[in-house]
Amino acid sequence: MSATHATGKGMTLTLHVWRQAGPNAAGRIVDYPAPDISPDMSFLEMLDVVNERLIAKGEEPIAFDHDCREGICGSCGLMINGSAHGPMKLTTACQLHMRSFKDGDDIWIEPWRAKAFPVIKDLVVDRGAFDRIIQAGGYISAPTGTPQDANALPIPKADADLAMDNAACIGCGACVAACPNASASLFTAAKITHLGSLPQGQPERDRRALAMVAQMDEEGFGGCTLHGECQEACPKGISIDAIMQMNRDFVRASATAVQAKEWSGAA
Amino acid sequence: MARKLDAKIPSGPLAEKWETHRFEMKLVNPANKRKFSVIVVGSGLAGASAAASLSELGYQVSCFCFQDTPRRAHSIAAQGGINAAKNYRNDGDSVQRLFYDTIKGGDFRAREANVYRLAQVSVDIIDQCVAQGVPFAREYGGLLANRSFGGAQVSRTFYARGQTGQQLLLGAYQALEKEIARGGVTMYSRHEMLELVVVDGKARGIIVRDMLTGELESHAADAVILATGGYGNVFYLSTNAKGCNVTATWRAHKKGAAFANPCFTQIHPTCIPVAGDHQSKLTLMSESLRNDGRVWVPRRREDCGKDPSQIPEADRDYYLERKYPSFGNLSPRDIASRAAKEACDDGRGVGPGGRGVYLDFADAINRLGRKAIEERYGNLFEMYQRITDEDPYTRPMRIYPAVHYTMGGLWVDYNLMSSIPGLHVLGEANFSDHGANRLGASALMQGLADGYFVIPYTLGDYLATNKLEKVTTDHPEFRAAKEAVETRTKRLLSINGTRTVDSFHRELGKIMWEKCGMARDAKGLQEALKEIPALREQFWRDVKVLGSAEGLNQSLEKAGRVADFLEFAELMCLDALQREESCGGHFRTEYQTEDGEAKRDDERFAYVAAWEYAGEGKAPILNKEPLTFENVHLSTRSYK
Repeated sequence: MSATHATGKGMTLTLHVWRQAGPNAAGRIVDYPAPDISPDMSFLEMLDVVNERLIAKGEEPIAFDHDCREGICGSCGLMINGSAHGPMKLTTACQLHMRSFKDGDDIWIEPWRAKAFPVIKDLVVDRGAFDRIIQAGGYISAPTGTPQDANALPIPKADADLAMDNAACIGCGACVAACPNASASLFTAAKITHLGSLPQGQPERDRRALAMVAQMDEEGFGGCTLHGECQEACPKGISIDAIMQMNRDFVRASATAVQAKEWSGAA
Repeated sequence: MARKLDAKIPSGPLAEKWETHRFEMKLVNPANKRKFSVIVVGSGLAGASAAASLSELGYQVSCFCFQDTPRRAHSIAAQGGINAAKNYRNDGDSVQRLFYDTIKGGDFRAREANVYRLAQVSVDIIDQCVAQGVPFAREYGGLLANRSFGGAQVSRTFYARGQTGQQLLLGAYQALEKEIARGGVTMYSRHEMLELVVVDGKARGIIVRDMLTGELESHAADAVILATGGYGNVFYLSTNAKGCNVTATWRAHKKGAAFANPCFTQIHPTCIPVAGDHQSKLTLMSESLRNDGRVWVPRRREDCGKDPSQIPEADRDYYLERKYPSFGNLSPRDIASRAAKEACDDGRGVGPGGRGVYLDFADAINRLGRKAIEERYGNLFEMYQRITDEDPYTRPMRIYPAVHYTMGGLWVDYNLMSSIPGLHVLGEANFSDHGANRLGASALMQGLADGYFVIPYTLGDYLATNKLEKVTTDHPEFRAAKEAVETRTKRLLSINGTRTVDSFHRELGKIMWEKCGMARDAKGLQEALKEIPALREQFWRDVKVLGSAEGLNQSLEKAGRVADFLEFAELMCLDALQREESCGGHFRTEYQTEDGEAKRDDERFAYVAAWEYAGEGKAPILNKEPLTFENVHLSTRSYK
């Protein structure tokens, strides 16, 4: 815990927030004093308080994406003092609490910055590219019906655990925002590794790696140069090992030329 | 005039109803399916599974969600698990037992036939999810692991760490994305449904707002499916996501869909207590924690302020173990919640404001070792520590009940069709399976049962047996519905009063929590029925919504939802007032046994209360669907 405990009265902070009226409008940093902030508030609750005060003054509130506020839906995503989701490791912005800051602090709040995540308004960005990467092959084709009994195919615990480690991705985009290249490799690789670790994922494994990587490139994400910033920023602790797995799967699938050609023909 | 609602329960023995019905229902020829269009609103477990499954069958599906991507629907936050009558443990489970536990858990206020079908298809859900690559927890031998949940004496809950909802939703989401890529589903993210369109008595479309451009769009189809979740946020503070709302179901209600048992809400016993006035939502700690955690409060009031480690065993009251020896800490949710409230009302609560009880893992850590507990609940313990700044490995958690789930919802028949033909309702949005109290790990089961295994059959039957004229969005009903939305939006933006939307929402929540929450009585409900309309009147006079209807306007979105909550809340209180009995999550203090347990009145209240909208300013009409129990004996629900 990196907490610096403010005791007694609320803190007074100065926020520097990215305001942008629309996708094509010019944006700028606007300063807001934020007095009387309780250390027990979550970061988003602090923004709620600031917004309520703005509305009272007749100013439009700061737009930001959020929903579950318990770190699992992946909606929220803010650059806080230059770090994706802020200073606390393994923590989304909605679960970050103000006790991580101290009285008198300046806090810079910006949206995710990436070509493939255009700003919609203020701190809200369009992460539709992630859906399109999943559409390219981030699934196992198992139409609803009556497949075999769930226990007919034992799966070694280690494989199931590896799958789960990678399936934990919440699709927030922190990996992209943290990457100097704005690469979506960790996001894409996590899904490739989740599905590729399971026997059910094998039939489509080659096609999946080729198609998802191609879509990632097409969306305008940068390439991976193994900085490792994604792993540091990931609120779910997904390991960069996944990217090695993705690269191996991609190379192997590319090398299986006949099969690769057949699949791309079918795609 | 009260209407008779036909539940269309198939005849024949309980265990054969669904099988017989599946054979008797009409099918749509595979080549004809592509000629039918279906709208699915919501992309949680029920919506995503329905949209994907219907698209796989060949229907043209349009799916709508208000989030930026369908993967964020609130099903994602379910932690503990999903029930299925697999009996992999050899511990006496069966379809019949899951059925019985669910009916009893719901305090005999659900339909036998629906619940039996749910138990039957539960086993198929696990098979389907494993085939999709859902990484359920496994044993070292490679087979699926199970754990126990409240209200059951068998281990039938499947789970994926503390993120079962996430993994099941991602399975359904990936199936949905597969169908989007194939062209079977057109996805509309960041679109919010604001009206249902009914043409010639049938549901034929919706009006949605594109939340990015503000444009109102009309969409027509042969059938409409609502899978829009529950209304727990009427309380403002709940474990629901901030965006969860009643708007889609309430709009449908005002167009003729009966709303059933709105007063049946679930208060979950294990949530992190409120920390202050800034609180924007409450965080659940999975019920699975009660497998290893022991709930207690100090025996004496004067000990409440002490550090828990300074309170010796003899001075602790493990009240669930004391009151309910056979289920103990795994008593069902309504019972555990009420017991926590009683302890706190008795002045023995702990933490700020005295609204908390301890959930203590010390025994389990001593018995199994810290590592085993870390493996089971590591992510939950971390979450608790992040929020409270306290370490649950060394100090017992503080928990308190919070609004979590709503059993009530739009009335549906056995085919999941509402009282408006063509309008189907799935998952938490309908009322059908959980009676007056839902058991843990049953919401995920119901959402996926409805979407994967029920609606694909029953929708086909509707489409095959109804003559559906071609309807386009030029139809006057579409134009009228769109104009109604425009007028409403303009009105919200033009008030320019002095109070924010959130301030109204908080005030409404406070009324509901105090007067229609864990315990209710006639006096409080009657007060609420005066306070709510007054607050609503003030809202429409004094709310301040800035910005315009064009483009992203989060205040406007919230204002529309809160306006609907302000209407809906009144119906909830009316329903709670008419149900002069205590059952499940509905506890009327006037109706309790001598030792404080819920006192059901089967003579007078063994029915579904299905409310019909009668028009602006008119009292809603109460329709009653009698519940008949042919296969279970109506007993007093006891977990002692």
